[in-house]
Amino acid sequence: MTNSICEFEDADLFLVTGSNTTAQHPLIGSRIINAVERGAKLILIDPREIPLAAFAELHLRQNIGTDIAVLNGLMNVIIEENLYDRQFVADRTEGFEALKAAVSRYTPAVVEMITGISAADLTRAARMYARADKAMLAYAMGITQHITGTDNVKACANIAMLTGHVGRPSTGVNPLRGQNNVQGACDMGGLPGVFSGYQPVSDEAARKKFERAWGVEGLPAQAGLTLGGMLEAGRKGALKALYVMGENPRISDPNLGSVDLALSSLDLLIVQDIFMSETAALADVVLPAACFAEKGGTYTNTERRVQLTQRAVTAPGQARADWEIIADLCRRCGLEAPYTHPGQIMEEIRSVTPSYGGITHERLSKTYGLQWPCPNREHPGTAFLHSAQFTRGKGSFQPSDFTPQGEATDQDFPFTLTTGRIYCQFHTGTMSRRVDLLEREAPEPLVEIHPEDAAKLGIRKNDLVEVSSRRGSIRLKADVTTRVPRKVLFTTFHFHEAQVNLLTNPACDRTSGIPELKECAAAIRRCP
Amino acid sequence: MERISTICPFCGCGCGMHLMVESGRIIGVEPSPGHPVNKGMLCAKGWGAYEFVHSPDRLTHPLIRKDGQLQESTWDEALELICGRLTGISARYGPDALGFLCSAKVTNEENYLFMKMARAAFKTNNIDHCARL
Repeated sequence: MTNSICEFEDADLFLVTGSNTTAQHPLIGSRIINAVERGAKLILIDPREIPLAAFAELHLRQNIGTDIAVLNGLMNVIIEENLYDRQFVADRTEGFEALKAAVSRYTPAVVEMITGISAADLTRAARMYARADKAMLAYAMGITQHITGTDNVKACANIAMLTGHVGRPSTGVNPLRGQNNVQGACDMGGLPGVFSGYQPVSDEAARKKFERAWGVEGLPAQAGLTLGGMLEAGRKGALKALYVMGENPRISDPNLGSVDLALSSLDLLIVQDIFMSETAALADVVLPAACFAEKGGTYTNTERRVQLTQRAVTAPGQARADWEIIADLCRRCGLEAPYTHPGQIMEEIRSVTPSYGGITHERLSKTYGLQWPCPNREHPGTAFLHSAQFTRGKGSFQPSDFTPQGEATDQDFPFTLTTGRIYCQFHTGTMSRRVDLLEREAPEPLVEIHPEDAAKLGIRKNDLVEVSSRRGSIRLKADVTTRVPRKVLFTTFHFHEAQVNLLTNPACDRTSGIPELKECAAAIRRCP
Repeated sequence: MERISTICPFCGCGCGMHLMVESGRIIGVEPSPGHPVNKGMLCAKGWGAYEFVHSPDRLTHPLIRKDGQLQESTWDEALELICGRLTGISARYGPDALGFLCSAKVTNEENYLFMKMARAAFKTNNIDHCARL
């Protein structure tokens, strides 16, 4: 997020797209609702009638996969009606003329044809967003989990820069990160192309710096494989061993049939986890790890806040903290790892990671965390980014065109299946399905289908149905509801009983490697 | 009873809370009233965030597959096996025959160390996690 969670309280307008905020980020969702009750406006762009829709001034229900057309249409109106922030565009950005040319084709009438959103609603939304004093744009995986995910994100950045809704409190481009430490795992260089702090492995100076810090030579310069790339290499026999720490790709990844093939083709699968996950069950070696309550360390939330946790109880049996396991293994493999406390590892992190330069366990123990960038020990942390300039200097408009990219429906697979999450379960369910309250509230998988489609197919509420795609099929109960538009099916990936990722499309965004989990062609029928 | 300060392990909001510990077991959670993210509130997931900790299903021993079955082992045996096999595969097929998945659920320190191990000990950039899922 460019901005902070508490800033949601002071915004005048929210543009929320591709985020079921009350389900996935409840403490952010409740702030949006509170702000609306005191007079702020909410524009929701989402195909489904999610709970936030009840609080929205405008709910634009776009055809799935047409986000770029929607955002280009909004920018078209903003430029045509001279509602953009001329000063901000002149002082802080470059490439405006190219953006103007690119979005000129996306008139409200054209956008209505592509997206299904009425020209009047689109125009109204554009005026509201542009005229607001402080507008926050928030998105999640409804924007990113598409073949055009990177272009979707750039379109979000374009509209915020065009209107000057960035670089001030209660504005900004705010991707809501899903897991408790997905931000931190990225910050720490758990990505194929960067060291910690997003320092590229292709940069010789960065490699030299890490070689010196780590006392090694010959760090590889070429970016490695993404998760999807590793699984593909596993299927082809090029990847022989995979070490998985606290992840469950056998439920979370697209086209699970091919995930199983990849994992079973390996010579060696190591899984380090707190439970015997579906992935661990296939492993050659399983290592028992301590959970969050059994160790100390830091986590970085979606607003870049690094927070310290303390050990509360001892781990069961012989389970050990992940850092202790890794340090032990490093030493056995000849790499120095003289750590006896996670605070020492943070000292090393801050010595090689400029944005974490001022973050120590000692400082964190006296605060509610520090938001990076926090370059030195005197720095108070950064609540919002890009106040004086962007990281690269001027903000670069990078427009893109809408191209229909999703898997085409046909006679055999006439529905569009989209996937997401619900309030009372979490990710692959490894943790949440062991919590009584959550399991009582959401005990089983359901597929949402519009009443008109259900009537045509003779499907009634709670009927057992079979949902299939070109890759597989699952059985689960039907929820007949207008939450979904006609010809759209929705379900979640929380339940191992009906693994929707057997059906999903593994096609990926070319830049980021994110899979197209929000759109695939599917069929549904009542089980006899 | 002790109150131990922690952060909710579910979503990316990062709500502050206290684990209530009695006789070595967590018996409940309490939201942190002064925390800037949640200001004394929690969602349904947060209120239940401790229940899985003491689940009887927790893994308690290293396991190694022998004769097709995962069997209890020791840390020494498991880590020596991993070190030997990873080193052997890398020597035979090259470092990029190895892949490492770190985790959006573990700490920064652990992710950093895992990343360091992949890059410095095994000389591969094949490291990623579920950021896209």
